[in-house]
Amino acid sequence: MIVRGEERVLVQGITGRQGTYWTGRMQAYGTRVVAGVNPKKAGTRHCSVPVHASAGEAMRETGFDLAVQFIPPLGVRAAAQDAIEAGCRRLVILTEHVPVQDVMEVLAMARANGAAVVGPNTAGLVTPGACFVGFMPASEADVFRPGRVGVISRSGSLGSLICLNLVQAGFGQSAFIGIGGDPIVGTTSRDALEQLDADEGTDAVVIVGEIGGAMEEDAAEYAQGMRKPVVAFIAGSASPAGKKMGHAGAIVMGDRGTYASKRAALEAAGVTVLDTPSGVGPALRAALG
Amino acid sequence: MNFEEHAAKPLLQAAGIAVPRGRRARSAGEAEAVAAALGVPVVVKAQVPAGKRGKAGGIRAADDPRAAHDAASAMLGMEIAGHRVASVLVEERAEIAAEYYAAVLNDAASKGPLVMFAPEGGMDVEEIAASMPHRLRRARVDILRGFDLEAARTMLGGLGLGDAEGPIAEALVALYRAWRENDAELLEVNPLARLADGRLVALDCKFTLDDSGVQRRQELARAGSPEPLTALEARGQALGLRYIELDGDIGVLANGAGLTMTTMDVIAHLGGRPANFLEIGGAAYTKARPALELVLDNPRVSCLLVNFCGAFARTDVMIEGMLDAWEALEPSIPVFFSVHGTGSAEARAMLHARLGVRPYGTMDEAIVAAIAAARDAGGAP
Repeated sequence: MIVRGEERVLVQGITGRQGTYWTGRMQAYGTRVVAGVNPKKAGTRHCSVPVHASAGEAMRETGFDLAVQFIPPLGVRAAAQDAIEAGCRRLVILTEHVPVQDVMEVLAMARANGAAVVGPNTAGLVTPGACFVGFMPASEADVFRPGRVGVISRSGSLGSLICLNLVQAGFGQSAFIGIGGDPIVGTTSRDALEQLDADEGTDAVVIVGEIGGAMEEDAAEYAQGMRKPVVAFIAGSASPAGKKMGHAGAIVMGDRGTYASKRAALEAAGVTVLDTPSGVGPALRAALG
Repeated sequence: MNFEEHAAKPLLQAAGIAVPRGRRARSAGEAEAVAAALGVPVVVKAQVPAGKRGKAGGIRAADDPRAAHDAASAMLGMEIAGHRVASVLVEERAEIAAEYYAAVLNDAASKGPLVMFAPEGGMDVEEIAASMPHRLRRARVDILRGFDLEAARTMLGGLGLGDAEGPIAEALVALYRAWRENDAELLEVNPLARLADGRLVALDCKFTLDDSGVQRRQELARAGSPEPLTALEARGQALGLRYIELDGDIGVLANGAGLTMTTMDVIAHLGGRPANFLEIGGAAYTKARPALELVLDNPRVSCLLVNFCGAFARTDVMIEGMLDAWEALEPSIPVFFSVHGTGSAEARAMLHARLGVRPYGTMDEAIVAAIAAARDAGGAP
């Protein structure tokens, strides 16, 4: 999911502390926040936009293209259902610790209604110079700058570090797609890779992965047939097996989800795998000629 | 969160799947008494939240109470897959006619539940998949529609189960229901046995509760096996911080799971040894002070690396908390900073004003400096 800046954004949970803070940051950056949702404060205004009782009401009275959630874990399923049933086609779920069966239900509802989901447990999306959705340091000039490198990341903090390294090396980003650190997410590394491959503003892609699951192996399969160069960094080479490394999805079980497996799959597909994030600039320069 | 067999089997019973009669025992004497009360030949099974117990000597048949006593005595206190055996399950021994494999689990590929069945059980699913892939059936489930008898019969078709097919289909539907009602990540019955008299009984059960489901299954979670933690790790957990103790000497304080793992990776790549994983990203970013206290209480730590790249987590808030702890504890070890992202201008100003230091321009530079300091302290090889 690449955001362009013209999307009308609905913020579910706009009146909370984080919802308020990040809505302000999004607006200051140029994101078109058009309304918010909080059933208890319907009819009021918050962050200069109307607050509605539900996403359904927001769709009827204001209209929106994308919904972003600042919602506690156990409220995500209902909020997502509200948005999807309202006709929302793009949904960004930032919340960490959503029960996996709730995530499955949300993704099944989205599939049935033709809606795309990013997350959960993502820091969001950034298109430098245009807009951002979520909680990313978009306005930090040493981290984000308009450019032609697409970045896909399972982690907000590490994704930001990679973006910082890109800017330090003289590159900018066409889009940052935070896919989230959960084991099951709406948009996978491979999905995001396909989108950036098709994007005319993107010349090269950086995949920021981590141990656990098989998303990097999947993305490698697609990268094999790509013309645009792909560079990757996979976090977790020094992590012990059998431990959840902060993210619910970052765990090596037996011989599944290992660093070695991901690195081998990516390298076999012609992807340059970095030993440290600071290698991203030189690797891209070499790849882009 | 994993569950031991005795804590997992009640979920099956509640869903209508039979399990053998039996009871848990914490001593050899208790095991003997349970066997005597059952009055039939029994099986004594070590209770640990891990598989492959049989191969480790954790499952033994006992024909009389005295043999049950001896089996329990041999098992109690032994270690299986890193877990000390603190109790055994003593169950009546079944006359097995056939063994099957059945499971419901989270399938990342289809982003939904997956029901699995094989007409040969008793061995690992990996072995089944390798030795008879065509006999291991998989059914992807639409979680909004559920899994019914018809779906179960469809997946069992052609396996030649005979009269057992109907009861097995019912057991699979019940297993799915138990998976759904308990926020399971994995619910596995291996083996599901058909007894000589035709009854189906779950001889073993493996249950993993989704860690994100614990918040609404607190009662259930009390029966689970907490992850074995060191004293410092337990303190971290009580604070709501994910802290993992490692054997190195460079203390790590970073935000976000991905960045923290990467900090460890680059330390190792450049020849150093991290002392811990500790991430204070997400909602925990306001806990920098107790987090730093935790890192510094590890006696192996000879220098500290602070690596922040703020996204959601504001670096100014984290640096402020970190400085509060630093000024209160006055540690005598060197500290190295890399600070970027949300709030970094304020964070840098604070570091300069209160500690008189400027962060390194890049993470790699800060890590190289930390490794050199650890080496000076005599910690590195």
